[in-house]
Order: sequence, then structure tokens, then C-alpha cells
Amino acid sequence: MKFDHTHFRQALLRTPFHDRFVELSTTEEWMAWNTYKVPRVVDKLPTEYFAVRSGCAVMDLTPMEKYRISGRGARDYLDRLVTRDISKLKAGRVTYVVWCNDEGKVIDDGTVFQLGENDYRLCAQHHQFDWLLMSARGFDVDIQVETHDVAALAVQGPTSWSVLAAAGISNLEQLKPFGIADLRCGDIPVTVSRTGYTGDLGYELWMDPANALQVWDAIFSVQGQYDIHAMGLSALEMVRIEAGFIMPGFDFNTAEATIRNGYDRSPFEVGLGWVVNLDKGHFTGRKALLAEKSRPAKRRLTKIVVDGNKPVGEAFIYDGKNGKQTGEIKCATWSPILKANLALADIEFINGRLPAQLWARIDYQRELKWHSAWAECHSHSKPFYVPEYRSATPPMRY
Amino acid sequence: MNNYDAIVIGAGHNGLTNAAFLAKAGMRVLVVEKNPYVGGATVSRELHAGWKYSNCSYVCSLFRPEIYNALDLGRHGLKVIPLVSSMTFKQDGDYFGSYSNPNIRRHELMRHSQRDADAAIRFDADVMRWCRLIRGFLLRTPPDPGSFRPRDAFEFAYLMKKFHELSESQLYEFIRFFTMSIAEYLENYFENETILAHYSGGSIIGTGLGVYSPGTAYVLLHHAMGDVDGNVGAWGFARGGMGAVSGALASSFQAYGGEIRTDAEVVNINVSGNRATGVELASGEKLSARVVVSNLDAKRTFTKVMNEKDLPPGLLQRARNFKIRGSSGKLNIALDGMPTFPSLPKDSSLTLGHMHFTDTLGRLEKAYDDWKDDRWSADPYCDTLIPSQYDPSLAPPGKHMMTVFVQYCPVEPEGGWTDEKRDQFGQTVIDQIADYSPDFKDLLLHAEIRTPRELEDEVGLTEGNIFQGELTFDQLMFNRPFPGYAQYRGPVKGMYMCGSSTHPGGGVMGAPGANAAREILRDLKKPDSTPAEFSDD
Repeated sequence: MKFDHTHFRQALLRTPFHDRFVELSTTEEWMAWNTYKVPRVVDKLPTEYFAVRSGCAVMDLTPMEKYRISGRGARDYLDRLVTRDISKLKAGRVTYVVWCNDEGKVIDDGTVFQLGENDYRLCAQHHQFDWLLMSARGFDVDIQVETHDVAALAVQGPTSWSVLAAAGISNLEQLKPFGIADLRCGDIPVTVSRTGYTGDLGYELWMDPANALQVWDAIFSVQGQYDIHAMGLSALEMVRIEAGFIMPGFDFNTAEATIRNGYDRSPFEVGLGWVVNLDKGHFTGRKALLAEKSRPAKRRLTKIVVDGNKPVGEAFIYDGKNGKQTGEIKCATWSPILKANLALADIEFINGRLPAQLWARIDYQRELKWHSAWAECHSHSKPFYVPEYRSATPPMRY
Repeated sequence: MNNYDAIVIGAGHNGLTNAAFLAKAGMRVLVVEKNPYVGGATVSRELHAGWKYSNCSYVCSLFRPEIYNALDLGRHGLKVIPLVSSMTFKQDGDYFGSYSNPNIRRHELMRHSQRDADAAIRFDADVMRWCRLIRGFLLRTPPDPGSFRPRDAFEFAYLMKKFHELSESQLYEFIRFFTMSIAEYLENYFENETILAHYSGGSIIGTGLGVYSPGTAYVLLHHAMGDVDGNVGAWGFARGGMGAVSGALASSFQAYGGEIRTDAEVVNINVSGNRATGVELASGEKLSARVVVSNLDAKRTFTKVMNEKDLPPGLLQRARNFKIRGSSGKLNIALDGMPTFPSLPKDSSLTLGHMHFTDTLGRLEKAYDDWKDDRWSADPYCDTLIPSQYDPSLAPPGKHMMTVFVQYCPVEPEGGWTDEKRDQFGQTVIDQIADYSPDFKDLLLHAEIRTPRELEDEVGLTEGNIFQGELTFDQLMFNRPFPGYAQYRGPVKGMYMCGSSTHPGGGVMGAPGANAAREILRDLKKPDSTPAEFSDD
């Protein structure tokens, strides 16, 4: 991306879709994401949430960091970088990955898209160029930042496939979860992946920024037939917690940005043991993770349901009512679908195990007056909410 | 003959801080100052009618908020306004700006190097880690590691505990950080030469070292560990100039009943039976006190105002060899208007902060080479600010005051300083600024040019060294100023040191003054009036 000398006049960048969000925004609630200006809420939070769970929500993904990794050594490079075995990833497929520093602490998570032979896209939450280049020494690989050169939209919700089909993106019905297809929207080339951060049926569209508004307009042109809503990050926060997705840098400190010793986290500690393959051969952080695996677990980012309906914000977790402090809530939402308080909590283990009882001390306000209440918490191993239809191929037609 | 509980020699910011805490504890305290004004190197003076210059120190960040609070300096008139940027002009007409807004800062880094923009995250976290570690020691007396007294053992245990908070690899890194050069340290993070030059400047300010000299990485902390209202690394302007800091301290001190005598140069600390008994002034007047505190640098204290026969020869030897090398000059300039900098876009905020004109490590090192050869740098490193943009008290409306800190300037050029040479040195600096601001020379109304000669003669800093002694590992913590004398006590009973020659060193921190007061009050079995450090967990 090219910056001129006057960039300081506007602290936040505009995505190619920005003008459309400005037209739709009634709240004018904006926030910064990777130095881009994005909506917190476009119009109404409940509508945007239920668009994901009942209709179709459209969200701007452009600010997500995107790196193009190519060259003969690209696969070996990625396999060395991430903890998961990606040697069997095929062109046209996506996989979720996490990567660590030498000490086995999580630097970031993201998705690897295999776009072709020796051609990958790595999507990341945080700024990774420095680490990716540091890790590239000795590999025949080319790494480019394409964050600002690829516009991206998330189209999510049970009617998302029907919406995209009606909008003119055909040949999508056979695309399986984690599949990628190079398609057209009318005559505009669009790469579509069946991926998302919502736990619902959904797609992500990747395109040339020059075509971004045409694709947007094509999608919203079928608004008469389908309930389509532009969505902000507040609704995303609700659905991603329901889906059990974590957010590095928010639910835990990323390794490179950590100042205080012990404030960073290993993949095991954030519940990502399932993407660590210690048998695949050497990868960055493996030695430390092997050692960690041989010791009793110290802590775990744990999905919990908090009893009752008190709004759970920032709260400590205790090993009993009036018990010993043993953790803290990192993110929480009221789930309108489940009618439950859902949260991710960083919990210290006792003798390598989750404490038998978990209680949250919730401080909440009523008409500006603070109250405090105990609520029992129940750990949950699976994602809180996964609709069965999300993985059906072809998806349900509306 | 007046009898005081304590006499503090030198009304620098540390002398005043020390005196204020002693007075606050109920002591009868006199501060004696050789100049007709207070402040030492923390001073603002009107040398050109209508303009106020901060003649020596010029920005404020390190001053401990605990002292600010405990001495109620806000009500005594001190206001520190945060600075919002720093920047480096490039020779090719471009520039690099470091903005306080994190998004703009990132975009500017990206404008120069995408990779460096990402590496800055790692750099910021690592530097903040070392800052947090060091900040925990600022308001504490360094332990004597060879002592088995309970208090030393406790303080040593505290030190060890702080280091234990680091992981093993962080501990190794920290030891490397203490001993590396700033250039090598930054090259672990950055690749863009302007970014490297920009972030290395703070590490050579005030030192007799170059960007490739071991030990300069640590000096970075003396420019990064300060804060303005919790924003660590932020710098600020004291409204009214740095004289406002000493002014507020003096006012606080006087409110506690303290007395200040200016035009009162001390020529000797009187000692009788291995005990300090008072001071003798240049006028011949003798003043007696139970406690005598020197705000002067350690070399000056022991070689100029103490009788050598009162001192242990080992200490005297260390004092003579104390590393206190002058390397800095200063220009204070009255301007008829705001100079323009054509490289900068209209309405750029970058003139509001630090401006530098040295865009490569090579140029920085060459500037140092000149100094080693006893010449002022032909292409100096300048830290330039125009505080009158914020502060209406420094210049008439529409007019401006510019402060230029210059690195490097020799203690004595070949053949010694003359006024003519001083002006030539000043002209070198003026020419450098004019390279980036074509109307600068036309706006110039008056310039005060200060070399180490002026700094030594006026302020009394040996060799004009702004830190009262190099901030290298051999002269830090329990080795500052000398091993065995790091706890503010001098070699004779009742004699103490409270200047930047003592832990934690230079910069307008006030911490040495407060720490020394704590030790004095402890010896006198008086209640401690000094503040505990604010928590930095």
C-alpha cells in the first residue's frame, strides 16, 4: 500500500466498501480494525445478529491481514511455520492454523488458503510480516502483503448461498466447507471460500478492490427477495463466541506484544491443542510444546456458560462461591438464540485439571448503581452453537 | 553564625527536591546556590527581551510523578503538557515522523517499511519490558551487594525478584541490552535507515559515546522510561520552560519553611573529626549544619569543594577518574516568526515535537568521530523543538522560541574555546537547520550558544556533562557514582550526595534528590517524607 505525505490527516483507512457502509449507517458507530474504519453497529445490533442466524449478513473483511506466500518452498515454509500438519492440504482448500514463537507461545491464528500449486494466502488477525520474513530464512519462498490489495466480504447466514446464487454467483452449490472456488459475479472474477467466523453457513468473497462496489451492489440488488443486512463487529463478537472461536490479542495476549513474563499463552492453554501436531516433524515452537505436553496443564481458555441473565462483562472466576480466585472472563455475550450467558474464561488448573466448581463474581449496574452477584459457571467442551445446516452440501435453498 | 539542620549545595532540581523533602520532614534547611537564580540545569532565563529560554534541559518526562504529587508541584505552578510527535528530516526531501496516534504512527512506519511497521510491535513490547524493570528501581536506594545488613539484603532480594519476573531468555536479552550499542540493538528490529537513525538518537544524547558504542542501548531507557500521565515514553513541555520545574520545587520548599540563598558559592565543605560541620562560601562566610548535601556532580564535589585531605585516597582516585565527559552543546534561539519546513505538508503536526536532521546511522557515527578528534561535529545530531507553539509564556504572540540540543560538542577543541569558536560551532548548527528551513536565518533574532565550556562555567557541571556522569554500566546502580558510595552517603559523617551523579542518574527525574532525602532522614531517625513509588504492575 502506498501512503503519501498527507496520510496523517486521516488516522483510519477506508475500505473499498466504505461508501456503502456510510450510506447504510444510522448509528454512525465506527471503530478501528487494523487501522481501517469499520462499523461497530451499522443499524440495529439485534437485526445484524439475527441476519447471521436467520437470513444473510454481509461484513467487510478487508482489514484482515492477508499475505501471499508463493514459491517452491511455500508448503515446507508454512509447514514449518504453523503447528498443524498442512502437508496434505490441497489446492482449493482452506485450513485453520495457529503459529508460535520459539518458546511455543501463540503469535497469532489464521487460515491458510491453498490457491494453487506453490501458491498460498495466509489470513491473520495481527501484523505478521516481520515474523513471516524472519521465519522465511532458508526457504525458497516469496512473501507479499496483500491486505490492502484484496477486498474481502463475509456473506454469512442460512440464506447466504441463495443470496449469492441470486446475485449471480453460480456454481457454488457443490462448494464444501473449507473449499475455495474461482467464480464470477456477473463478469467480475471473485474467489469464494466457504469459510467464516460465525459458525453458520457462510462464504467469504475475495476480489480486486476496483470491483468491490460492483460485487457489493450485486449482492444487495437481491435485497427485495432476501433479508440482507450489512453487519458490524458487535454482532460478529456475539456469533463468534457462540461458535466458540477465539480471538488472539483479545482473549489472550499475543506473544510478540507481551511485555510481562507469563502473560502470553501456548496453543494448549488457549484450547488449540487440536491444531498442534507434534508428530509432523519440526516446526517453530515444537520443542517447547513437547516439553509443555509432558507437564500437567497449568491453565486453559475455557468455554463457560454463566448461570442467570446478569450481563457478564469483566469478571473474576473463583473455584467456589466466595472461593479462591482462579481465573477471569476474557469475552462474553448474551446469546439471543440460546438465552444464556456465554463466555471464554482463562482458568488456572488445579493439579492439571479444571477446578470442580467455577463461580463468577459479576459486577453490574442498574440505573448507574453498582451491584454484585455470584453466578455459577459450567464448562463446555464443544462450540456453544453449531447449526446442522451449516455444513450441508448443497446448502438448503431458500 | 546561622545554624541549620541541613545545607544543600546547589539549587538544581535534585538539590531543591532533596531540600523540600528534608524541610517537609520538619528540618531547618538552607539551599545555597552560586548563581543569582535557582534551577541549575533546570532553568529558564530571559536573555533576549521578551523571550524565555530553557537554557539547559528543555523537555520533561522523567520527573517522577510521585515527587510531583508529594511536593504538590501542581499547586506551585507546574504544568507539563505532553508532546505529540518526533521526526527526522531526510536529505532527499522526505522525512520520517513518529506520531502519538498509533494508527498514524503505523501508517508512517508503513510508508517507509512495511516490515518495520510490524517489527515496531515487538520493539515497543521489548523496550517497555526493560522500562518497567528499571522504573521499579528509580525511587529506591541501590543495595550494596557486598553488605549483609538486613536492609541491603532486602533491597538486593527486591532487585533479584524483579529480575526473576523475567523469563530466562528475557534475562539474557536484558543483559545484552545493558551492554550493546543502540545501533546493534535496533538492527534486531528495523531495516530502514531513517527509522534506525530516528530511534537511535535518544541513546547518544548527553553521552561521550556513538551509536555503535557498547552501552548506548541502555541510554535509550533514559529517554523512553519517563511518562506523562501514564503514557510511558511520552515527553512533555513544562509550561514556562524548565525553570517552571525548579520554580515549583523552590516554591514548595519555601512553603515548608526552607530558605534559599543565591549568589552564594560554596568553596568548601567543612569537616571536623571526620564529620561535616557546614560550608564555607566564596565570601568567606561560614555556615554550620548537621547535614551537608551536595547537588554537585561527584567529581566536582570531591575534587573542588572538599579538602582532599578529608577524603580517603581511594575515593579521591575514583572521583578524579569518574567518567564525566562533556559532549553536548545547546542553542536557544529567538525567532521573529514560525520557520517553514518545505519538506513537511501544510498543517503537519510534526513541528510540534522533536525535530532531527540526521537520517542515517553513518552520519550519527561520523558526528561522534569528530568529537573524538576534539572537534565539534561538522554534521551534528540536533534535537530541535519550538515549544512556543504550545506555550504562550516563552515568546511574544506570533514569535517563537527554538531550543536546539546539539550532539556532539567537545569539552575543549584544539587550542581551547574562544568566543569566536563558540560562534562558529553555533553557525554549523544554524546552517544545518537552514538546510531544511530556507527562511530560518531571516527569522533569527538572537541566539544563545552554549558549549561544554558555558555549561561548566555557568551551571557547574564538570565538562558540561548533562547527566553528571556517563550512564554506562560501570557507573550505574550500586556503582553510581562509585562502588561503596551508591547510597547517597559521602565519606564523612553528615555529608551526602543528591545529584544526578547518584542513582538513578541523569535526566530531570528528581529521584536522586528524593532518594538522598530518604537516606538522610533515616540516619537522623526522622519520619520519611519521601513518597513510595507508584505501582507499575
